[in-house]
Amino acid sequence: MERDQLKSILESLFFASEGPLTPAQLGEILAGVERKEIVSAVEELSAEYDAAGRGFRLTEVAGGYQLRTARENAEWVKKLYREKPARMTRATLETLAIIAYRQPITRAEIEAVRGVDVDGVVATLLERRLIRIVARKDIPGRPFLYGTTPEFLELFNLKDLSHLPTLKEMEEMASPPPLDAEAPPEGSGQQAVGIKD
Amino acid sequence: MTSKVELEIFEGPLDLLLHLIKKSEVSIADIPIAPITEQYLATIELMGDLNLDLAGEFLVMAATLIHIKSRMLLPPDESDLEEDEEGDPRAELARRLLEYQRFKDAAEELERRDILRRDVFTRSPEPREEVETGGFESVSLFDLISALRTVLDRLPKDSVHEVALEKVSVRDKMSQLLDRLRQEEKVVFQSVFEGASSRMEVIVTFLAMLELVKIRAIRIWQEEITGPIVLALAAPLEEVQQKLATEEIEGDGDGA
Repeated sequence: MERDQLKSILESLFFASEGPLTPAQLGEILAGVERKEIVSAVEELSAEYDAAGRGFRLTEVAGGYQLRTARENAEWVKKLYREKPARMTRATLETLAIIAYRQPITRAEIEAVRGVDVDGVVATLLERRLIRIVARKDIPGRPFLYGTTPEFLELFNLKDLSHLPTLKEMEEMASPPPLDAEAPPEGSGQQAVGIKD
Repeated sequence: MTSKVELEIFEGPLDLLLHLIKKSEVSIADIPIAPITEQYLATIELMGDLNLDLAGEFLVMAATLIHIKSRMLLPPDESDLEEDEEGDPRAELARRLLEYQRFKDAAEELERRDILRRDVFTRSPEPREEVETGGFESVSLFDLISALRTVLDRLPKDSVHEVALEKVSVRDKMSQLLDRLRQEEKVVFQSVFEGASSRMEVIVTFLAMLELVKIRAIRIWQEEITGPIVLALAAPLEEVQQKLATEEIEGDGDGA
């Protein structure tokens, strides 16, 4: 298959697909084309969109690729929809963050960090399918263990869990920056903030 | 029936402590226990006055703080001295606060990402679901309560000898506030309480404000961290009035 034809087919697939398309799905559709070739064609396509400054990007999200509008155009795209974007409360975000970083985790363990009951929030997160029950913990009572879902990755534009921003070190937060420190330690929270995607 | 506003979806005692620590500009590692405990107790007392559904965790933390405070007054135990840092009765609390702060930061980090259907959109967005059961936006409940304390502190002290308590209900205050918001696009928090003559009236007004947030009739936010807290209608007035008509207002009818 010609490179240009491959890219054209991929573009159609991304355009028509509702969710992110994984390399595995693409490989199945494009039977006979090598996986490596598909991935490199996808990357080329993505780079072309970026370079041309298109109003959409090919984003790596939840283990696949998806066409998403450019962030800088959000203001206008929003006007398409009558409803305001759903806002998340701090309680929701905090609970989600604890689950994302500490999964699999029980409700009691989440409560130990937040210092407050999380029943309601956990129920809401389950309902929105941002978290799911992944197992039961092998301790008395066999409580549920919660983890995040692919929808969580999609919502926060994350390629996978390893792309979560790095948590700050406790030591770093506890003490004021020492006077002789020249630069923040490598790999600290600061650095991991801007994730390339 | 008591007037209560659900607090559970908001923050807990650790968040309140962090808020107080930040406001006092002190370090988590070296918390001045006496003044922080005092501020903590004053805040939860006020929350109790407001009949906010004070989660048990707030009281547990109050007991913890008092316990730490009393331990700090005791001469250091010799066996504790050997364990250096562990001997500081505040160490465990500091660890919990730091741990919580980490996740608060992580939550903020998440919030800044390109969020689907807020910052970026896919070609066929799913129909949006109703998400939260109301909620403050950038202003936390504690910010509001701090602001309320300022208002209460400024009340003229000589109004103590009220003879006849004016009967004001939460519902009355709600419509008053809505009326005002219809005329003025934005209203500054403090100005809502102008003209209130008693502590009770201030509190009823505050509860009315919380109720309006809860039914998502108004929004409350702060344009800058230290700037004034502002209120505005969150939906067209007709919609709000419809909600008001159907919603059962807790605390209505106790007549304050």
